[in-house]
Order: sequence, then C-alpha cells, then structure tokens
Amino acid sequence: MSRSDGSPVLEARELTVLHGQLPALQGVSLEVRTGEAYAIIGANGAGKSTLLRTLAGLHRPAAGSVLLDGVDVTARRAEERLAAGIALVPEGRRLFGSMTLEENVLVGTYHAREGTWDVDRVFELFPWMAERRRQSAWQLSGGEQQAVAIARALVANPRILLLDELSLGLSPAVVRRIYGVLPELRSAGVTILLVEQDVTQALAVASRIQCLLEGRTTLVGAPSEFTPARIEAAYFGLAGATPAAGEEAG
Amino acid sequence: MNWVNAIVQGILLGGLYALFGCGLSLLFGVMGVINLAHGDLAVVAAYLAVVMLPSIGIAAPLSFLVAIPLFALLGYFGQRTLIQKSLDRGPFTVLLVTFGISVVIENGLLELFSADSHSLNIGSFTSQSIQVGRLSVGVLSVTVFVVAVVVLLGLQYFLARARAGRLIRAVADDREAAQLSGADYRHVFGVAAAIAFATVAVAGIAFGMYSSFNPSIGTSRLLFAFEAVVIGGLGSLWGTLVGGIVLGVAQAIGAKINPAYGILAGHLVFLAVLAVRPQGITGGRRSE
Repeated sequence: MSRSDGSPVLEARELTVLHGQLPALQGVSLEVRTGEAYAIIGANGAGKSTLLRTLAGLHRPAAGSVLLDGVDVTARRAEERLAAGIALVPEGRRLFGSMTLEENVLVGTYHAREGTWDVDRVFELFPWMAERRRQSAWQLSGGEQQAVAIARALVANPRILLLDELSLGLSPAVVRRIYGVLPELRSAGVTILLVEQDVTQALAVASRIQCLLEGRTTLVGAPSEFTPARIEAAYFGLAGATPAAGEEAG
Repeated sequence: MNWVNAIVQGILLGGLYALFGCGLSLLFGVMGVINLAHGDLAVVAAYLAVVMLPSIGIAAPLSFLVAIPLFALLGYFGQRTLIQKSLDRGPFTVLLVTFGISVVIENGLLELFSADSHSLNIGSFTSQSIQVGRLSVGVLSVTVFVVAVVVLLGLQYFLARARAGRLIRAVADDREAAQLSGADYRHVFGVAAAIAFATVAVAGIAFGMYSSFNPSIGTSRLLFAFEAVVIGGLGSLWGTLVGGIVLGVAQAIGAKINPAYGILAGHLVFLAVLAVRPQGITGGRRSE
C-alpha cells in the first residue's frame, strides 16, 4: 500500500449539516491524503463528531459534498460507504452486546473489501484478543471494547479509518495504549482521520490537524506550524484566532 | 395416570404454542415490531392448505412445501414495503398497521370461506396414536412437537452461528453500528420477517391439522403466542419453547380440573409470571 503520496483519499467540500434548525457544521471542508493521520480537534459541541458521522454517511448534509478517491459519495448510505472504503469507529464503541469478542470482529468482515486485514491479523495487532475471543463483548473493559471496535472496523479493509473520540471515558494509561497502536496502523498503510478532544494526544499522533469551533474551521495545518497559544486560541475561540479562510487551501 | 396423561398432552400442545410464538418473538426481538396480524396470518396459511388440495391437488401435509416459501416471500416484501414504511413513522404506527391487516384478513377470509369451521383432512394421521407404557399419545401431536423443537432449535442455531443470523443479531443489538459494519438493516429486517412468516406458515398449517378453524380464530392464537413468548422471556427462542410448554401444561391441567377452565388456567399462569417474574422464566440475562 502506498504511503503519503499526496493524493486525497477523502474530501469534504463546504459541508453544512443541520441538527433540526441548528447548524452543527457550516461550510466545513477538509482533505485527507493517503497514508496520513489527520486529527480534528475542538471543544465539546464544535461539530467534530457530526463531521465524522456525516463523512461516514450517518448524517445527510444540507449542503456540500463528500468525495472518496475523487468520487462523490454524498448520496450513499453508511453501509454503502463502508463497502466503498470509509469505516467509522463510532463514539462510545457501540459493540454488539449479545455477541462474543470474535463475533463482533466477524461481523466486520461480512461486507469487507479485498485487503490484508482479517481476523487473524487484528488478533496479532491485539495479542490479548485471541485467548479471550469467546468472551461476551459486554464483559470487556472500556479500553478492550475500544480495541475490539477498532478491530471490527479494520477487518473491513477501509481506504480510510475514522476514529471518533477514542479516549472518551478511558483512563490515561488505557488511552496511551490505544493510541500506541496508531503508528503501527499507519506503517501498515492505513489512512486515519480522528476526532479528539484531548489536544495533546491528537498533536502527538497527527501529521495534520484541523480545529473546529462552533461548526467552523479555525485552523488547518501540520502541528509544527502552530504555537500552543495559537492552537489554544483556535480551540477556545479567543481573540486573535482568525477564521482560517486562507489556510483551508493547504 | 390421567394426570400424567394431561401433562403429556399439555407438553405436546405447548410445542404448537411455541411454534406460534417464535415468529412473534423474532419480529419483536429484531425490530421491535409487535405483529398483531400474526395469528390471522397463521389462519391464512391453514386456509391456503384447505384450497390447495381441491385446486392443485396438494395434500395438507405437503402444503408446507408451497406455503413456507410463499410466506417467506410475503414476509420479505411486506417488511420492505408496508412494515418498514410504518416503522419509519414510529412503533405505534406499526401496531395500528398490523391491527388493520388483522381486520382485513379476518374479513377477507369471512368473505371467501364464510364463518363455517374448516379442517384439514390428513387422513388417518389424525387418529393414529402410539402407546407409551399405559399412555397413548397422538402421532400428530408428537410430530408437531418434534417439528416445533426442530424449528426453534434450528432457528436458535442459525442466529448463533450463521452469517445471516449474526447480521440479524447485529442489527437487533445496534442498528447504526451494524450499518457501520456494512449491513443494510432494511434487508436484514426483510430476512428476519421472511423467517418469521415462514414459521407462521408452519404454525398455521400445524394448527389446522390439530383442530378445526374459522376466520376469526387468529386473535386467540395471537394471544397464546404472546403468552408463550412472555412466559418464556422476550427475545429468547429457548424461552419461547419453555413458555409454550408451560402454557400448554397449564391449560391441560386446568381443563383436567374442569373442561371450562383450560384457557383460564393458561391466562392465570401468564398473569402470575408477569407479576412474579416479568422478565420471563428464562429471562434475566441482560446483554448490557
């Protein structure tokens, strides 16, 4: 698989999404390139999860479009987008509670694309899973459930893996362990788009970041381009944070 | 000995109730649909068997071969059109729509077949019996019971092991997460409805062999199916089998005390279970 060769895998163009009458996203664009780890940061309610869910096909945008490998997939449903190569690990893990660990991963394989990820390979990535494969999903700890949710998405062999708030409700040690897997995924050629409230965590793994504030982009670029103060200003909407109109081309 | 006989008859009858219950249990467990037309659809299957012999020469025991696939198709397309449309509008719409279907079916049958009772002629099969010690049990009852056990266990196995079965459970657990795993939940609902309707066809024809029936008998069948499902515990097919047997035995014992008390005894056991153990006999295992 190719690494950061610069061609965009997933693009959002001027997405506007409404929750009822309220705009959750207003004209948000992004471009994720092959092999990169792209992080969307922002405070609670900034529209991060809405953006990810819209990209995965769970929300219909009121305006704008979603492109996968240059093909417009805006009209496709979530299950069709998975088959096309967009896999979302949803916020809160959302494992199938009546199933075992292994069955959860198996369901992920049922509509999988051709590729190198399968049940055996994710069990190599998470070695503890193999011997606990018959355990009920609801008996696993939060961190273990998160790993299973990632495994379930990986076996679909997505072009791009969307990760929604991996750290939510997990202890710092567990979060570090989960994030420790991401470099391994990237070196295996998986393109990652993640949403994270924990900025330190996001900056550590991301090749590029985008900050949202109240449904608009306030900052886009490589983490090294910005001072912590600049990111903080974009995150909280402090004075001096200019809307990143000029930066969006980047 | 008479008591033992009553209990054995009750157990065997329970198989039929479980057969009625499993389609209801499946539809409710997977998509939260309470199909009030369930009993009437079973009666339609029985009438289908009635017309098949004179019109195309298919005897009642073989009418399963036609009715099961026909009902499966009806289930799939009924779900993809009418039921899904009403599901999108909320659970109460589904109740109203299936209630409406029930009324339409009952009156349609009344129009076509009159209010007279019909029965399925299956020759000597009805009256044959086997001797077990001093007990005499009907071949038909035993056959229906065995079919019920096979259908319920087969379905349980299918849900646990088969790909399509796992997808049904995935959609039942978390519809959105299943979508994110690539499952088209509407199609999966359709498959579940096809299976449920196929079991309704089996239950209806088996019932038609058991006793005579008329167009309005479906409602009471729905009630028994309901009771079997609730006594056993919602969402568990094993439970439905147990619930059907408990209901059958209760009715048999009640009828033994006084022939008029059979149905009443069943209802009382149902109410007692609701009061003492509302999650049902096999219930209590929570998934989250």
